[in-house]
Amino acid sequence: MAVRSGVIGSRAASIGVWVASAAIVGYALVFGGYLSTIVAFALIYAIFVSGLNVFMGLTAQVSFGQSAFAAIGGYSSAVLTTTYGWAPLPAMLCGLVAALVAAFLIGFPTLRLKGHYLAMATLAIGLIVYEIAVEWEGVTQGYMGISGIPPLGIGSLEATSDQQILLTLSVLTVLVAIAMSRIRQSRLGRAFAAVAGSEEAASALGVNVARYKLVSFLLAAGLASISGSLFVHVVGYVSPEVFGLHMVVLAFTMIYIGGLGTVAGPIIGALIVSLLPELFRGLSESQDLAYGLTLIVILIYAPKGLVGLARTFDMWRSQ
Amino acid sequence: MNAILEVRGATRRFGGLTAVDDVSFDVPERGVTAVIGPNGAGKTTLFNLIAGSMPPSAGAILLSGNEVTALPSEARAGLGLVRTFQLVKLFQDLTALENVKVGFHLRTRGGLIAALLRPRWQRQAEREVEEKAKALLDLVGLSALADSSASALPYGQQRLLEIARAMAAGPRVLLLDEPAAGLNAEESERLARTVRKIAADGVAVLLIEHDMKLVMDIADEVVVLDYGRKIAQRTPDAVRRDPAVIAAYLG
Repeated sequence: MAVRSGVIGSRAASIGVWVASAAIVGYALVFGGYLSTIVAFALIYAIFVSGLNVFMGLTAQVSFGQSAFAAIGGYSSAVLTTTYGWAPLPAMLCGLVAALVAAFLIGFPTLRLKGHYLAMATLAIGLIVYEIAVEWEGVTQGYMGISGIPPLGIGSLEATSDQQILLTLSVLTVLVAIAMSRIRQSRLGRAFAAVAGSEEAASALGVNVARYKLVSFLLAAGLASISGSLFVHVVGYVSPEVFGLHMVVLAFTMIYIGGLGTVAGPIIGALIVSLLPELFRGLSESQDLAYGLTLIVILIYAPKGLVGLARTFDMWRSQ
Repeated sequence: MNAILEVRGATRRFGGLTAVDDVSFDVPERGVTAVIGPNGAGKTTLFNLIAGSMPPSAGAILLSGNEVTALPSEARAGLGLVRTFQLVKLFQDLTALENVKVGFHLRTRGGLIAALLRPRWQRQAEREVEEKAKALLDLVGLSALADSSASALPYGQQRLLEIARAMAAGPRVLLLDEPAAGLNAEESERLARTVRKIAADGVAVLLIEHDMKLVMDIADEVVVLDYGRKIAQRTPDAVRRDPAVIAAYLG
């Protein structure tokens, strides 16, 4: 852990992570079929996890409730486009605003809490929103769910084929990655890193800790909401189960497998964690076992995720 | 000379224990003021009261004549009162240079939109921050280690880095909490030179210190605490001969 090298040649493995991600998406684009559906879901998760990464990776806070904001985005898109006949984009923006307002109302009081309290509060939020999706049948149609949600599109331009959907999601994922990279190298990103490093030292330098935690939480909620909207448009259907606790567990797995606090981590993590079960499908009964074992092995040998592993490899090579 | 920082009857009680008992003194606009005292004299508690890390039970802290007693530490930093920590609190995952850049937080602006769109003024500001941060690393002699991660630096250099980071916030009063603790003789000398340079540039320095040699070397005035009370306030030479101080230290 000595010196961060700026030489491109010594970053081969780190660049390799990006190449691998692009190759997986490219393969799915060319060969289509079932794989392209899996990769599409993976990219939606990549956006969701990138948001979570701002809060958990850059700012070092914990939230178990991000699924709530995905649900707010997803249900806003579903209800506004089906019941009220809105176009997808304004519906998505409306969901985004709703998610941000909800995140503000929840974050403002709870982000002053520390450690376990904050985590518990966010867990409660996820469960509450899930219950609302189940019980508010007049709007959400409860467990039945809402079907017939139109595909993504602007005006007459619609993403209906597998390729179109995958391309749209790829572009969005790249935009999110660029945004993440810019945030990391900005005053805002440094303030997040300061909060993550030492709240006491951050405030001694004039960084308003509570405020930057809130901004980080809002960013995570915003990306969660967008990914929720994307999901319902791609699938065409939504039900409460989509945004259950399993979503949070999956997102945590992706973020740790990929590499917490890195730009590429959420993307490669989402792709690998989504593809592994398909890889082991041939093993029939023992596939869950193989999946679980693989994840454990990765976490033992790459505790900082695949991106961390690539960096270690680069550093080892450059010495 | 005018006082930039005034401590007025600062008192802090922890249950039945009075850690800081009615302490008053001024820190002049220029020069180095040191607070010394044996272990448990209340130095660190007093420091926390001044920095805003802990509220006083009674008394007041004035900065440039304005009361700041009720302000949190980030607000005091905004007014030019910036501290370092006895146990170094660097941002471990950032490089040395990035740590100093965080210090410029109050003197720069820009949030999410500026980060995403990177307008020209933002790029310009980032270049300036980079330059000034490098100059501060130079001030503390860490230029060669700019891209090392903070956690990889030896302890003495971590302390110097923390001082560079505090200087980035543009303090009018720099508060140093036992800056020489854990340093070897050579590092301690480097620290003394750095503090003198900072003071010569017109920043008032208030340091709490255990290392008498450092205090005698760099302080213009020494405040002596014992059992939470101020027992003397004199020049280093006078303090050395003060019978009350000798009694407190040699007991």
